[in-house]
Amino acid sequence: MSLAMVMLVCGLITFAIRLSFIALEGRYRPPGWFVPLLPFVPIAALTALVAPDLLLVDGQVSLGAGNPRFWAGVVAIAVAAWRGSILLTIGCGFAALWLLRLAAQAAA
Amino acid sequence: MTAPTPGRGAAFLLGVRALLPMHLGVVPFGIIYGVVALQSGIPPLAAVLMSSVVFAGSAQFLLAQLVGAGAPGLLMIGAVGLVNLRHVLYSASVAPMLRALPRRWKVLLAYLLTDEAYAAAIPHLMSGAAHGHWILFGAGFALWAGWQAATLVGVVLGAHLPADLPFDFALPLTFIAIVVPLLVDGRRIAVAVFAAALAVLLEAWPYKLGLFFAALGALMLAGVLARRSEP
Repeated sequence: MSLAMVMLVCGLITFAIRLSFIALEGRYRPPGWFVPLLPFVPIAALTALVAPDLLLVDGQVSLGAGNPRFWAGVVAIAVAAWRGSILLTIGCGFAALWLLRLAAQAAA
Repeated sequence: MTAPTPGRGAAFLLGVRALLPMHLGVVPFGIIYGVVALQSGIPPLAAVLMSSVVFAGSAQFLLAQLVGAGAPGLLMIGAVGLVNLRHVLYSASVAPMLRALPRRWKVLLAYLLTDEAYAAAIPHLMSGAAHGHWILFGAGFALWAGWQAATLVGVVLGAHLPADLPFDFALPLTFIAIVVPLLVDGRRIAVAVFAAALAVLLEAWPYKLGLFFAALGALMLAGVLARRSEP
């Protein structure tokens, strides 16, 4: 199969997955138990997307000083809960990551 | 075509603005994709076109790897399908909010429905903001434009760029800023904690399937908790 063909089919499959429920809406009724779960999709999917990034170092759970991203993430969660501002959360998260790395360098 | 009213323009810009911080993480990722694609032996034009034809970051990285490894075409197609499976959840989530739109809008927004655009727009869509589809379009378009530009930079400048850029942390930080304000009760917090635990447990599954099943598992928990809280 040529690269152009593979690319085209991959593009079509990706598009079809993204279109799936959007296109079916109104023509197909999802099961009754599924509909009330939809408001939970952002929480479930986006948390699952981010958690391994923050909790794992080289495939192992690491919550110690060796994982500054986890602690910077904790700071970001606290700031987001306190203020709910996206820019403030990003700013404090980056500041925390930078300070933790400085501290780790100073300790080493 | 009617001229957009200020309301639509403002909604579009709201979507663009909600997405902009993510560019800190997405643009370096797109540049690295361009570099990796060329290294895998994908011709420059195909590497650039891939970003608009497939338009899915992690799937494009995987494709580049598989092309480099000389994998068969059907395997590559299957792998991309699995990696992008999680988008079916986003599709289900936004479908009711896009129900009344004409088909061309549905096609356009489905094409633009990435992790980032979904995350940037969904809090606005759920709160019933006016012209919600313009917000999603603004976020989707901003990500699309940044991704195309980054790919082009990676392909053209390639190896002349510093490889390790620390700004990828902007993406998890932005997602945190989006999700945490949604955790308004114990049930939602439980769903988030369960999703995080499952995602970590299943992380080693191939083709990002762990991510998809962690999200699905957390949704099941949401259903179980709802049943329990009923009288």
